[in-house]
Amino acid sequence: MFHEVWILFKKDLLQEFRSKAAINAIFLFSIVTLTAVSYSIGSHAISDFILAALLWIVIVFSALSAFSHIFLKEEEAQTADTLKLIAQPTPIFLSKWLFNTLLLTLLLMVIVPLFVGVFNFQVKNMPLLLLSIFLGDIGLASGGTIVAALIAKASRRGALFSVLSFPILLPVMVVGISAAQIAFTQEGSPLFPSEITALFAYDVVLFTTSLMLFDFIWND
Amino acid sequence: MVRFFNEHKALLAVMAKAFLFILLSLVIVGAYYYAPLAKGLKEYTRVLYFHVPAAWVTVLAFLISAWYSLQYLRKRDLILDAYAAAANQLGILYCLVTTVTGAMWAKASWGAYWNWDPRQTSIFILLLIYAAYFSLRSAVENDQDRARLSAVYSLLAFATVPFFIFIIPRIYESLHPDPLINEQAKIKMNIKMLQVFLSSLTGFTLLFLWMLNLKKRLIKLSAHFEEIEEEYE
Repeated sequence: MFHEVWILFKKDLLQEFRSKAAINAIFLFSIVTLTAVSYSIGSHAISDFILAALLWIVIVFSALSAFSHIFLKEEEAQTADTLKLIAQPTPIFLSKWLFNTLLLTLLLMVIVPLFVGVFNFQVKNMPLLLLSIFLGDIGLASGGTIVAALIAKASRRGALFSVLSFPILLPVMVVGISAAQIAFTQEGSPLFPSEITALFAYDVVLFTTSLMLFDFIWND
Repeated sequence: MVRFFNEHKALLAVMAKAFLFILLSLVIVGAYYYAPLAKGLKEYTRVLYFHVPAAWVTVLAFLISAWYSLQYLRKRDLILDAYAAAANQLGILYCLVTTVTGAMWAKASWGAYWNWDPRQTSIFILLLIYAAYFSLRSAVENDQDRARLSAVYSLLAFATVPFFIFIIPRIYESLHPDPLINEQAKIKMNIKMLQVFLSSLTGFTLLFLWMLNLKKRLIKLSAHFEEIEEEYE
């Protein structure tokens, strides 16, 4: 099964990086969000608490723009049925989830340093920030991938992806903001505050539920 | 015993409705005149007798809907999907009541209608999930697809709800009083308060179950009529 996951993942990777249209748009959208947030604050001095909230707004908006593509492209190119023939649902979900996680990780590797640079502040507890963002990344990718699979089957999509995924992803955002506030303000704070535990628990719940429910979406 | 119930079905149904009507009327009167105020609490805490049962029914409706969704995914019977949607339709109504009464109480007690207390966040998320559920339903045209996708969404949301109700309020300081869940209750209810509160809880639950039952009967009837129409065509 891991071999299957790897092959499907490589297929998506090749496909996306061969025609970089979608990836470019997703990266640009994150930069645009960051610019909008940064410009609207200007050079005012704002508190670390608000910075934590702004960081997560940029992260969640980037995630919302990035995730729906992975299943939509199969429906648009009408390759979903072929995929159904060659692979089981679980490897398909895992490969798509892996791709979304990688995509968001790459996005965050650009956005987070840029954010810290643009707002010109010191992160007091870097390991905590990185850990919370990494766990948040996995949670966002799990919730985002299953909702992307859902709306790919809907006939009128519109803004449906954001509407459906926001309530599912909000816990990640709420806890992530709280963890980022600790990381921005408290030097020498513990690496595993209850926020990290909660993020981890939510990731596990979301990932398992998504994996279990994916069969029902995929097989009609 | 069973024969007795079958013979007097109509009479018993009327009596049950009358009982529910009297119970809810008594709850309304009792909440204002019978139940005493606990020490240090003001008149506006009487909202407790309506707010908490409404919140309980919101979660109950959500649970019932998730149950029917699961049953739908197993049996693929469209009527189960209609039941799930009916439970959610009632649930969103109770969710609105909870949100509004909660906001009114927050204004009186905390000084603002809305301040993102963890409890307020959780009820608002529940409202968002209900709304998202119905926007998903309206976005899918095929009946079976709609049933399948909304059942999956319902179950997905159901897995995340305990997180809001039990975990987030534990992480963040909440000012919300927790008379039932918390051991060190901030409100200590005496026997009279408890009587009114539990009657209200029973009344709200029965009212919800009755409304749900009416909806289910309507769904069954319309499915039946559709069958008859198809036969004549």
